[in-house]
Amino acid sequence: MIPASFEYYRPKDIAGVLALLRDHGDDARVMAGGHSLIPMMKLRMAEVPHLIDLQDVAGLGGIEVGESSIRLGAMVTQTEIIGHDGLAQAAPILREAALQIADPQVRNMGTVGGNVANGDPGNDMPGLMQCLDAVFTLVGQDGERQVAAREFYDAAYMTAREDDEVLTAVTIPLPKGGHAYEKQKRKIGDYATAAAAVQITREGGSCTAASIAMTNLSDTPVFCEEAGAALVGTSVDTAALDAAVAAMQAAIDPSEDNRGPVEFKRHVAGVILRRAIERAWSRA
Amino acid sequence: MGKKMHIQMQVNGKAEEFLAEPRELLIYTLRERLNITGPHIGCETSHCGACTVTLNGKSVKACTVFVAQADGAEITTIEGLGTPDALHPLQTAFKEHHGLQCGYCTPGMITRATKLLEENPNPTEEEIRFGMAGNICRCTGYQNIVKSIKAAAAEMNAAKEAAE
Ligand SMILES: Cc1cc2nc3c(=O)[nH]c(=O)nc-3n(C[C@H](O)[C@H](O)[C@H](O)COP(=O)(O)OP(=O)(O)OC[C@H]3O[C@@H](n4cnc5c(N)ncnc54)[C@H](O)[C@@H]3O)c2cc1C
Ligand code: FES
Ligand code: FES
Repeated sequence: MIPASFEYYRPKDIAGVLALLRDHGDDARVMAGGHSLIPMMKLRMAEVPHLIDLQDVAGLGGIEVGESSIRLGAMVTQTEIIGHDGLAQAAPILREAALQIADPQVRNMGTVGGNVANGDPGNDMPGLMQCLDAVFTLVGQDGERQVAAREFYDAAYMTAREDDEVLTAVTIPLPKGGHAYEKQKRKIGDYATAAAAVQITREGGSCTAASIAMTNLSDTPVFCEEAGAALVGTSVDTAALDAAVAAMQAAIDPSEDNRGPVEFKRHVAGVILRRAIERAWSRA
Repeated sequence: MGKKMHIQMQVNGKAEEFLAEPRELLIYTLRERLNITGPHIGCETSHCGACTVTLNGKSVKACTVFVAQADGAEITTIEGLGTPDALHPLQTAFKEHHGLQCGYCTPGMITRATKLLEENPNPTEEEIRFGMAGNICRCTGYQNIVKSIKAAAAEMNAAKEAAE
């Protein structure tokens, strides 16, 4: 499993990254933790003549928990997310989800930027970020722009990011209410058969807002506004749960693979979403 | 063949310097270039953990790191933990509690367990299983690996208390 040879660069700043991307165009690619990219290069499913390692680039790290939002630098690892107590207080769903990604060694290398930029439908953080209505900061030759997670994913490995843009940060409005990240997988370290990210607020016995996104059930994450809407104004009783699950099942489009046939995945998605809503509601 | 680059790293406290293609995987650097054969290759696909080493203080799978990424790094392998005459407490515990059978996974297991016990010196069984989830063993059924790590933790904590 030897990847094709490449030129390796380790620039110290974004300007250096952008210059390399400009000079080498499609032949250049950035690498964060490398735990999606290196396996693809080893299988020769990705060829990268010019590999730009982001590990020394200034300004891409750091977790900031502010008054109204959270900023995660693109190079923040899953291990850092798990270990940050302020973050776990402000947005506990991030730790809950990160703990269900891969294993300790992989989480030491895998970054939030790599996870959301990759575009693999199996990645857990794109759906999570859609649930939280996060915004991605992209820096390119013409400056900086912001793209909502809910607008970012076009198809498998196709995102709103241009090839010569770098994702520098993820900004998340402080989530409110109860949360749950529920994931069905065959074993530790496996991608989801189905996963659900849920964030719910309540007033008295009634649900006031609900945000729901699903993972690995289509070629992109599925943010399902209708499923959330089915809960609002209800006491999240059986009828409301049934309606939310039905709305979600109308929005997903799973395909058969070694995790099971389509009907099985639709069933698992329903079970997982039901559990996630119940847990989030119990914490709201 | 691609262009070679100049690489420097500290492996088990010893400075190493050589020319290598950036695409060389760290596990091959260790095993074939530096003759450090403790870390094993089980799957070569990031799944089994037999290749686990400590890179700049973090457990990583050396089959999923390019040597270029490790330029300037500090690396510890099983060879850096103990010697035949002075075993690391984890090595002693694995021996005494039958934490290995064929031994293929053991260097990765023990190298990972050193970091687990640094991060959490007194782990519960559940925490051990979760913290060791990136390391697969085909022989033991894990029971004795968990026992060994628990025993080593107790031993290391007692030694620390005695020293204080
Ligand atoms: C055994 C194993 C199990 C795994 N299980 C899971 C799992 O259950 N759930 C899950 O979500 N993930 C899983 N992963 C993937 C892991 O979380 C990856 O590390 C992560 O998806 C990508 O992060 P990275 O930093 O390694 O990115 P890289 O591999 O470095 O990059 C991935 C892609 O994103 C691009 N990219 C990276 N950073 C940026 C940036 N800042 N700007 C623009 N483009 C960028 C790269 O060019 C590349 O195309 C697993 C990986 C392994 C090896
Ligand atoms: S050889 Fe590296 S994880 Fe299996
Ligand atoms: S002892 Fe044989 S694989 Fe673990």
